[in-house]
Amino acid sequence: MADLLKFTIDGKQLHAKPGTLVIEAARTAGIEIPAFCYYPGLTLQAACRMCLVEVEKMPKLMTACTLPVSEGMVVRTDTPQVHSARKYMLEFLLTNHPLDCPVCDKGGECELQDMTFRYGAGESRFTDEKVHTPEKQFSPVVFYDAPRCILCYRCVRICNEGLGVGALGVINRGVVSEIAPNKGDHLECDECGACIDICPVGALTSGIYRYQTRPWEMNHVGTICTHCSDGCRTTLGTRNGRIVRGNNRDSSGINGEFLCIKGRYAFDFYDHPERLLAPLARVDGKLTEVSWARALETVAGKFQQTLAGGGSFGVVGSNHTTNEEDYYLQKFARQVLRTDHIDHHRTGDLATLLDALSGQADKLATVADLDQRKAILILGADLALEHPLLSFQVRANYRHHAARIYALTPRPVREDKYAVKSLRAGRPEEYFAALESLRDALRSEPEMVAVFDDSVQGEDIGKLVEFAESLGIPVKYICLLDYSNSRGALDMGLAPELLPGYAPAARPGMRLREMLEAELDVLWVVGSNPLKAAGRKAGFLVVQDMFPTETASQADVVLPAAPAYEKDGTVTNVTGEVQRLKRAIEVMGAKPDLEIMGFLAREMGVAAVLGPWVPDAVFEEIRARVRGYGVPAAVIAAGGAAQTTPVNGRIPAEIPRAGEARRAHSAHNGLFASGTLGRYSRVLTSVLEGRLGR
Amino acid sequence: MLYNEPSPLETRVLSRRFGLPDSASLGTYLATEGYQAFLKAARMKPDEIIEEVKASNLRGRGGAGFPAGMKWSFVPRSSPKPKYIVVNADESEPGTCKDRVLIENDPHQLIEGVLIAGLAVDAHAGYIYVRGEYRYLIEILEKAIAEAYAGGRLGKNIQGTGFDFDLYTHTGAGAYECGEESALLESLEGKRGIPRIRPPFPAVVGAFQRPTVLNNVETYCAVPAIILRGGAAFAALGVPRAGGTKMTCLTGNLNKPGVYELRMGFPVMKMIEEVGGGIRGGRKLKAMIPGGSSCPVLTAAECEGATMDYDSMSARKTMLGSGGVIVMDDQTCMVKAAARIIRFYAHESCGWCIPCREGATWLRKILVRFHAGGGTRADIGLIGDIARNMLGRTFCPLGDAAAMPTISIVEKFQEEFEDHLDGRPCPYEHAEHMVMA
Ligand SMILES: Cc1cc2nc3c(=O)[nH]c(=O)nc-3n(C[C@H](O)[C@H](O)[C@H](O)COP(=O)(O)O)c2cc1C
Ligand code: SF4
Ligand code: SF4
Ligand code: SF4
Ligand code: FES
Repeated sequence: MADLLKFTIDGKQLHAKPGTLVIEAARTAGIEIPAFCYYPGLTLQAACRMCLVEVEKMPKLMTACTLPVSEGMVVRTDTPQVHSARKYMLEFLLTNHPLDCPVCDKGGECELQDMTFRYGAGESRFTDEKVHTPEKQFSPVVFYDAPRCILCYRCVRICNEGLGVGALGVINRGVVSEIAPNKGDHLECDECGACIDICPVGALTSGIYRYQTRPWEMNHVGTICTHCSDGCRTTLGTRNGRIVRGNNRDSSGINGEFLCIKGRYAFDFYDHPERLLAPLARVDGKLTEVSWARALETVAGKFQQTLAGGGSFGVVGSNHTTNEEDYYLQKFARQVLRTDHIDHHRTGDLATLLDALSGQADKLATVADLDQRKAILILGADLALEHPLLSFQVRANYRHHAARIYALTPRPVREDKYAVKSLRAGRPEEYFAALESLRDALRSEPEMVAVFDDSVQGEDIGKLVEFAESLGIPVKYICLLDYSNSRGALDMGLAPELLPGYAPAARPGMRLREMLEAELDVLWVVGSNPLKAAGRKAGFLVVQDMFPTETASQADVVLPAAPAYEKDGTVTNVTGEVQRLKRAIEVMGAKPDLEIMGFLAREMGVAAVLGPWVPDAVFEEIRARVRGYGVPAAVIAAGGAAQTTPVNGRIPAEIPRAGEARRAHSAHNGLFASGTLGRYSRVLTSVLEGRLGR
Repeated sequence: MLYNEPSPLETRVLSRRFGLPDSASLGTYLATEGYQAFLKAARMKPDEIIEEVKASNLRGRGGAGFPAGMKWSFVPRSSPKPKYIVVNADESEPGTCKDRVLIENDPHQLIEGVLIAGLAVDAHAGYIYVRGEYRYLIEILEKAIAEAYAGGRLGKNIQGTGFDFDLYTHTGAGAYECGEESALLESLEGKRGIPRIRPPFPAVVGAFQRPTVLNNVETYCAVPAIILRGGAAFAALGVPRAGGTKMTCLTGNLNKPGVYELRMGFPVMKMIEEVGGGIRGGRKLKAMIPGGSSCPVLTAAECEGATMDYDSMSARKTMLGSGGVIVMDDQTCMVKAAARIIRFYAHESCGWCIPCREGATWLRKILVRFHAGGGTRADIGLIGDIARNMLGRTFCPLGDAAAMPTISIVEKFQEEFEDHLDGRPCPYEHAEHMVMA
């Protein structure tokens, strides 16, 4: 306690580390000091003057948001002078505020309303004309209503400091000051909406949510974003069975408040007009809507008939389905269909990394590590575009802890701006040459996280690990994967050579590409579009999907599936952290894949073999059976994240087969792409179209 | 160029070259002890320079009156970072027009003052930040700087002393707030002209995050004389807590408005009546602002016995400020004066903080409406109340500068506000329009 400072706030004896701001110390002690411009994690502004407090021996009121505590300091927040300062500051703010609360999106969750309620004056003394300017649209996502803006500059800072984009600024001066986009009349930014969520008032609103509902009419469901593999928690606001908004204002989850455009707004694929809401089967050669009973009967009949005839099955799993679904699917394939031909589209060579690390504990980094470890090495990926949360973490680490970043990428990346070293490299030889040149620098780091994408695969991963381990510092790794449950797909054994928990398969079956090219009797595709640019070879094709994809349109039977936001279960993110999905809405006609598979099993009379198709029950089985997944159930149930340790031992090497140069292929989805989901998200397509139009 | 006849009551130290042929040229400067102070200072230790400036009782001429020597001593001279000298030539305070006269007539005096500051704090580069509307001064400064380089008074190894110094000009874009030292630094760095959170102060973290001395033009201009004649001699020209002379800008309803160099402590009434030639048209004095529109006004009665120095002014709850004296005669409408002053601050508020941005605008709306006959009795109380709610609560002193004159006018001239009530026409509407129109 020696280095703690002693001071009092409102008579409470308090202690804090030097450098602690009065406002922080007060909040820790449960004393509320109102603030608009102060925002934890962002630079200080001292602009709103709401946090004025009395400090003994200081002649004027002081801003608690910029004043560090000092030994013996005596602060008072509960005096007539302080109350009057707050009251009149709000009076000032309201002189030019439109007070259009009844039609404002923010009404009910507006900080200006709350402050006025708590600290404001009962009546207004302002009788003159207010400044008015018309509303502006900055982008498909961002709208700005200047009269409502209180100029707290949170939006400017979150964009510049948090996102590293700097798309917002201030124009004009005095009472006509306004927030303005970087390109004069429009934004060229990540369109993530962080500025909108951080806005304390309704000045920034989103094209997606505005005028949809009153906040208190919504239900809020915390679940996990279904787009990239980073695993952001998003809270979906639903009303009348519709999702109207996504955000993470409660900072729950591994992402704090962060979300990219996909987690915040690209939930809108779910009600795309082309969404499949009834099973389809071929009638006279044409895909025609049929009843669920008829469709299940057809598929079950075909499966049984093929089994009886000793026919061949291939099963393609998904990068988006839940761990429970993946586990159930591989069980279905291996135990009921008795096939070893099961795979999914692999987006990173994770198995090889796990193999290379075998025998060593604690080698996989978490999302939090990216914000805490002293040095970060990035190989290949354009993190800001492909892994927005990971990039956000690295940036936060740089800003708050002066992390040293090394970026070895084929193209310029956002990390270049603050990396200690940025080198252009894209091929393994280039990486290793560059790494050698950095050896001394890296060796002097106390620790490091190495992040790499699909440009490092196979033997090169071994070489990378060898290099990193030769530095003599603790190193953790992240092998980048594309989608929300890419990690779970592999952990759950959607691979011909690997059973759940990376146990070797007795007889490795066909790989994805082989299955597509083989003349299998039945090909069963769950939540994937492998025949995007190819014709089907299989005798019978069953597809579970949300949309009439290229694969679905070649199917014999299409079973309409529900996306993550319509189901319960768990997913595992790129860093191996398991989190829980919670059903936000139910859409008539579609079913979660687990339910579809359960009904199929029941139809085939094999339900008892596979066990109940209830997410919780399957998760219990995963926890009991899959190595590393014995995570604390309470943490997951409470919406927390727990890192799995699925393997620590040799993994049978994936032998590249003839004609196969690479084992994994990342789609390198940018900010506004998300595989098939992205094609059906109106917000993503409208942003992309807007950019093309320019 | 000179805008007014000099007065025999002046004490001409900073303005002693004014009126000489080609006074702005290096030749004239050199012929009149030019750059001698620099040579003398180059032989002194930095601490000795600073001590001399402290001894002179030179206080900052930009308005706040902070002791210049003390400010220089705050610069961490041993810091390995480069240090900068910045000249505040943003001169935008209404009623103030002395810096431009100093630059127009004797730019080398400023350059020499800057060089001496550079010697004192181990700085080797300086910037003159010139008010946007003063663009024509850039030409004069650039010419003087070019002459100084050519004559070995700037650049490498100045006059064989081994001291290097580079000097640059930079123009503002027309914002009063950019005269505030930290907003000036932001603007100098190419950013939006909004003030910085202090501490740290510019002496430690200034231009480009480096230690920086920032003073007003007149402050630097006083330095060569201080070094040449000694701090004590300069101090002796003034009063105990304010050394030297003050470039005083006499504006308003006077017969002989102009810029005059007067000793610190010069009697106010003598200044108005003798230096300024008395009130125009034989009218009477009603009110006076001593140091630019940011200062509270003094009534005619308060001017009696007052002297032009910091202590006398603060005893009267106002400030010496920048030396911009605004004289208002008995035909001046004080409601209109208040409206005109607040219009300036509402227009110039940078908008960064709530109380200044919203408060000044609200005051402007009320005062303009009030003067037009739309005022109510409640407004009179409200005006003072709004201004008091701004005072001391804004981010930078501009908010105070808007509040203080307003409070003083509404308190000291309440009856003039009452005269405007009930839609009565302004009693002074027919009066000759003076500065405040
Ligand atoms: C709103 C505002 C405007 C100012 N404008 C000027 C100015 O135009 N010129 C100036 O020298 N100082 C101005 N100042 C004062 C400066 O902030 C600073 O105190 C001064 O330049 C320091 O120099 P000095 O110590 O030599 O006076 C202004 C201050 C404020 C708050
Ligand atoms: S738009 Fe919102 S966040 Fe941005 S400055 Fe205005 S009130 Fe603050
Ligand atoms: S970073 Fe990834 S997980 Fe997070 S919101 Fe964006 S797409 Fe979703
Ligand atoms: S008081 Fe506030 S709004 Fe006014 S000029 Fe200073 S910072 Fe800007
Ligand atoms: S919170 Fe301190 S000034 Fe805004």
